[in-house]
Amino acid sequence: MITLKGFIRRFLSDPVAIGAGAVLLLLVLMAALAPFLAPQNPYDLMQLSIMDSEMPPAWHPGGDDRFLLGTDAQGRGVLSTIMYGTGISLLIGIGAVIVQGVLGVTLGLIAGYKGGWIDAFLMRLADIQMSLSTLMIAIIALAIFQAAFDANTYADYALYMLIVIIGVAEWPKFARTVRSSVLGERNKEYVDAARVIGLSQRRIMVTHILPNTLTPVLVISTIQVAEAIMTEAALSFLGLGMPTDRPSLGSLIRSGFEFIFSGSWWITLYPAIVLVVLILALNLMGDWLRDVLNPKLRRGDE
Amino acid sequence: MHIIAFLLRRGVQAVIVMFVISLIGFSIQDNLGDPLRELVGQSVSEEVRDEMRAEMGLDDPFFVQYARFLGRAVQGDLGDSYFFKRPALDVIMDKFPATFELVLGAVIIFLSLSIPGGIYCAIHRDSLITRIIMSASIVGISVPVFLTAIGMVWLFGVELGWLPAFGRGQTVALPWGWETGLLSWDGISHLILPSITLSSIMLPLFIRLIRAEMMEAMSTDYVRFAKAKGLSTARVRYVHAFRNTLLPVVTVGGLMIGTLIAYTILTETVFQWPGMGFLFLEAVNRVDTPLIIAYIIVVGLIFVVVNTLVDFLYTLINPMVKLPGAKA
Amino acid sequence: MAMLEISDLHVAFPKGRTGEVEALRGVSLTLEKGQRLGVVGESGAGKSMLAFAILNLIAEPGRVSEGSIVFHGENLLDLSERDIRRIRGNRISMIFQDPMVTLNPVLTIGTQMVETLKAHRRISTAEARRLCIAKLKEVAIPSAEGRLDAYPHELSGGLRQRVVIAIALLTDPELIIADEPTTALDVTIQAEIMALILKLCRENDVALILITHDLGVVAEVTERIMIMYAGVCVETGPTQQIIRTPRHPYSAGLLKALPQFAGRGARLYQIPGSMPPITALPPGCAYHPRCERATGRCSAQIPPLEHGCACFHPLDQTEAAS
Repeated sequence: MITLKGFIRRFLSDPVAIGAGAVLLLLVLMAALAPFLAPQNPYDLMQLSIMDSEMPPAWHPGGDDRFLLGTDAQGRGVLSTIMYGTGISLLIGIGAVIVQGVLGVTLGLIAGYKGGWIDAFLMRLADIQMSLSTLMIAIIALAIFQAAFDANTYADYALYMLIVIIGVAEWPKFARTVRSSVLGERNKEYVDAARVIGLSQRRIMVTHILPNTLTPVLVISTIQVAEAIMTEAALSFLGLGMPTDRPSLGSLIRSGFEFIFSGSWWITLYPAIVLVVLILALNLMGDWLRDVLNPKLRRGDE
Repeated sequence: MHIIAFLLRRGVQAVIVMFVISLIGFSIQDNLGDPLRELVGQSVSEEVRDEMRAEMGLDDPFFVQYARFLGRAVQGDLGDSYFFKRPALDVIMDKFPATFELVLGAVIIFLSLSIPGGIYCAIHRDSLITRIIMSASIVGISVPVFLTAIGMVWLFGVELGWLPAFGRGQTVALPWGWETGLLSWDGISHLILPSITLSSIMLPLFIRLIRAEMMEAMSTDYVRFAKAKGLSTARVRYVHAFRNTLLPVVTVGGLMIGTLIAYTILTETVFQWPGMGFLFLEAVNRVDTPLIIAYIIVVGLIFVVVNTLVDFLYTLINPMVKLPGAKA
Repeated sequence: MAMLEISDLHVAFPKGRTGEVEALRGVSLTLEKGQRLGVVGESGAGKSMLAFAILNLIAEPGRVSEGSIVFHGENLLDLSERDIRRIRGNRISMIFQDPMVTLNPVLTIGTQMVETLKAHRRISTAEARRLCIAKLKEVAIPSAEGRLDAYPHELSGGLRQRVVIAIALLTDPELIIADEPTTALDVTIQAEIMALILKLCRENDVALILITHDLGVVAEVTERIMIMYAGVCVETGPTQQIIRTPRHPYSAGLLKALPQFAGRGARLYQIPGSMPPITALPPGCAYHPRCERATGRCSAQIPPLEHGCACFHPLDQTEAAS
């Protein structure tokens, strides 16, 4: 393990980590403060005017100073929609990982500690689910959901559905990680000692084994947020995710895609850049965390 | 474990997976839309409806209806598409060649780049080219496939105008009804951008995997012993080290099949490639329930078949595990 | 001229950005045709490094930084990769420590044997398989014909080491380098395998470099001994002479630690301390911190190897015999 001081020192000595961390902080702040910082409120229909639609970025001929990065087909400022959309993407990403974490850690603990047929069943289920792939499961689940409800209901619940579906579809990653660390901890002396003094199974799992499995959980969480955001973007791009009036980065790209060929490239390009930078920063951060917190996983580097 | 036992075991597993999928398919049919409305519209009175309902067996218990659904499904009858007014399975199968050729193109590109790339990066582990490839692969992992697709369409299709970016181009009908785009330059040129896009997701991941596994294999005792026997460098690398690298690569490859199918939907959407994925999204938008069910069932079948093939391939190259399932 | 003559061999590994550490610090040895030499030392003394250096198989990023390895008048270090391959596995063979990991798990025994022959002889596959079966019989593998199509995991550890020995003998080499060939095996099989190696070397007039940490084994099999400590040779000479009258305190310590040389019921001797890693060698004689006879001179100067012993205060005849 590593002390907080050592952790900070490692962080400050790694330019990639500082860069990724700074970009993340910037994007999170931008999203969180969007209502105060954004030039317009893209949800407020009163502020929109069809006269403003498809304007290029401000420094291009025909651009307007009110819309730094131009406007989309509905006259929303691209900069403002990006600020709000980043927030929605992050919200879904983090929300889904919380669902994954709670579900995965619980099932992983049970599988690892109980063993036997429960373990075999859960792991087999995890295998099948992993090979079906999260995106495929989510596409089918959302397609059914969309077919079953009318568009308005769908738009109202899309956010929660995305969080739940991406959360449920990805539990095996956490469960496997937790299970393998539980198997490592289960037979250690302190667990035996706890059993000998008569603590209940649940208590042993929660107070003794769980804390020791949290480091790997933390390590994969960052990468999982990146994956969840990527999955959400893909779903929204297919029209199965966030509706265009409450857009995430993926739905912004979807709504801009058809205008690329008429020359309005900015509607797609800027959200795409933010999306890639966000995922890249999360991936780099995740890799760095893994190297620092879990040196065992590193190989072939030195 | 014997080959027949293996096939039997896989068969049972396949049946279970297909059972779950068909159950999902049936529940959709049961809950989405009213088949009666599709048939007779709104104008018929409530009494007539109830009568017809009973006649059609819609009041039967769930499992009776399910059994009927299954019986028809096994015969290839998954109902008629609301939109196309044709058997849903026929509609799907018409689109199968397009998706198959897209995946084939992607797999060819992906194999011919990831294997040499991974091996190169393992052998020249600190060279400039390796560092560039490794950094590029982290960026590659972070770019969603639909953005790669949009970038391809914009750069090569619109800006440079080198290659067609939409549709399948000219196709030629083969005697058994298969529409192929591989027999004309027009068809092949339409295939290039979509298949590069589809292969681009797997590429960074597999270059990294092959590199790591190859480096591990190169440092094993059996590779040292092979060198000590005086074998040529090529034989040591490609017969001794690479054969062992293949095992984890095939395993991970098997795990990626679902992802690959999902990515065909995204790729086909951007390139308006007339395959099964594109059709499926259209069906979702039109709430064409029989077509949605048919897609899920066909994809499930493909998934099961390919998975079995991958397992089989694994046993061919790994003498240690005599056919999977023996351990479980 | 001797068959193999190694002089002043240094092997270095990079350390940090610019530094280097030496795993071998000037080792010399001579081997005549058909002679059997035991190289003895604790793990980390550089024994295996010496074995791999002879065939130019030091793993990256290590390298031979100095010295020469002359085999039949030809310096192996000057040869191209292509030319050294003609010697590896052909005129000089190796037997590795752990037969469980020496054979490639995904290739059949037959493939791994035939490829060795084909690398060095122009020979048909059928002829190669015939020769392989003959060699498998020579190393006393039961039902040799059927084994060619078996995979390594289908064989026990002892059988696998016999296969490795058969591969080493396939090309009728002049020298076999055996790196701890019995350490990884069951105790019951160790003696069998060692006896087999000895018998085959004698019958075919093959020279042997036996690398081991076990002085007892060396005493039974070899004619000469070289004792290594922290990358240098501390004592070398005829086996019987060193066993009876060791002159270096380290050799004496190793011998005292052997059960068969301790009195019945006596406590087994153990040399105090442990060998320093090559990255943190003490100044002077590397053994001096553990040595009872060390003086100020030992920590100031490295003792040269003179008359087969590298020590400023060697034991004399009477001390050694006691």
